[in-house]
Amino acid sequence: MSTAVTEDQIEKVVVESLESFGADPGQISREATLEQLDIDSLDLAELSQIVQERFDVELKGSDVAEVKTVDDAIKLIATSV
Amino acid sequence: MESIVVTGVGAVTPLGVGARTLSERWSAGVCGIRDGEGACVDFDPGDFLSVKEARRADRFTQLAIAACAEALADASWEEELPYDARRVGCVLGTGIGGIQTLVDGQDTLRERGPERVSPLAVPLMMSNAAAAAISMRHGLRGPSFSVSTACASGAHALGCGLRMIQAGEADAVVAGGSEAGLAPLARAAFVSLDALSTSGISRPFDARRDGFVMGEGAAVLVLERSGAAKERGARVLGTIRGYGSTSDAYHVTAPREDGQGQADAMVAALADAGVGAEEIDYVNAHGTATPLNDRAETLAIKLALGERAKQIPVSSTKSAIGHLLGAAGAVEAVATLLALRDRIAPPTLGWSEREEDLDLDYVGDGARPLQVAEGRPALALSNSFGFGGHNAVLCLEGT
Repeated sequence: MSTAVTEDQIEKVVVESLESFGADPGQISREATLEQLDIDSLDLAELSQIVQERFDVELKGSDVAEVKTVDDAIKLIATSV
Repeated sequence: MESIVVTGVGAVTPLGVGARTLSERWSAGVCGIRDGEGACVDFDPGDFLSVKEARRADRFTQLAIAACAEALADASWEEELPYDARRVGCVLGTGIGGIQTLVDGQDTLRERGPERVSPLAVPLMMSNAAAAAISMRHGLRGPSFSVSTACASGAHALGCGLRMIQAGEADAVVAGGSEAGLAPLARAAFVSLDALSTSGISRPFDARRDGFVMGEGAAVLVLERSGAAKERGARVLGTIRGYGSTSDAYHVTAPREDGQGQADAMVAALADAGVGAEEIDYVNAHGTATPLNDRAETLAIKLALGERAKQIPVSSTKSAIGHLLGAAGAVEAVATLLALRDRIAPPTLGWSEREEDLDLDYVGDGARPLQVAEGRPALALSNSFGFGGHNAVLCLEGT
């Protein structure tokens, strides 16, 4: 468990990643659903890789499948760090 | 049997974006080869794809998507499909598919380890990616697949599309080819094979020819039954009158020296079209500018067309755009169809030095009008011969 990683840092990485996947920056908010942002399972697989590299965190496939909103993603990563 | 007509064409080539651009510039003698390769420098994926769409597609798929957009608009299919989606097929040819993605993935694997290889690597590199992308983008729910016969892939894709409609498996087919193989790996491999031009000049049939110049690009054609096309008021560009496909069964890179496999494919295309040699007005050659192909192909054209071979123009699109490999057969079919409509024999750029026995009319002096008998449509054969001895010939008619 790393104490150096804040939720703000996680949010920044998640938002940057979603934007790189093509999500409209203007539409991204904590409450936004992945569906609204046109984020699919392939994007989440990429996000998992980015998160692994940045925070040394392994996200379980079954947990990732439960992620429906941007907030869900940030919370999942935060609890795994 | 009812005719299968072409109602829309699209292309992205080293001569620019657009099928008419290709046709006009080639006829005008413009060369799209720069620094020894034919790159689609005018192509900007952003003009056709969103950020998300672009990163979900290797360049070979991006080119196909762009060419398809033009073809469907040309066929007036943009608003909605004129047929039940389950009755519209998609067949795209490619030689190597997403090679750049593959190379990038290998680099990632080596430099950063297996956990860093992108989840997108497989969907992007697989050679059916372009066919899948087009099927998904346009809601085509009939049979969809890619075909691969190296330099004949594009022509084979058109042949498959033709047969699919004739067999009643589809009412219409979106068919073509795409290739984006200008990766250093591919170039190095062709150089090692001694197949690539060292001069960087594509000189089909010329005595100074020294191999082919690599190119990239894509072309897509919309094929429909003539009756149905007429019923919906479609503008018909031409007809795929016939298709012939044979194998050399000889050598993995060299054609049969006697040109027999190639000639057999040309004869088969004529027979399939119900057309005699004397009715052919033009031959769009495979014409790669390799010492071997151009000699064998000249022989093949003479074998297949007899006396007629010397009476008609024979030219190579590859003189203007280079060898588009898996896309070549489709790109050249589009260029041939438009040339037939304009009644023009396009040029073999740069041809001027004759080699003994390569004694056909290669249109070395610039484009000229086609001599077509009064009241008849113009007819051509379009040749594509791939590594592995795969021969595909299309008999095309321009409206």
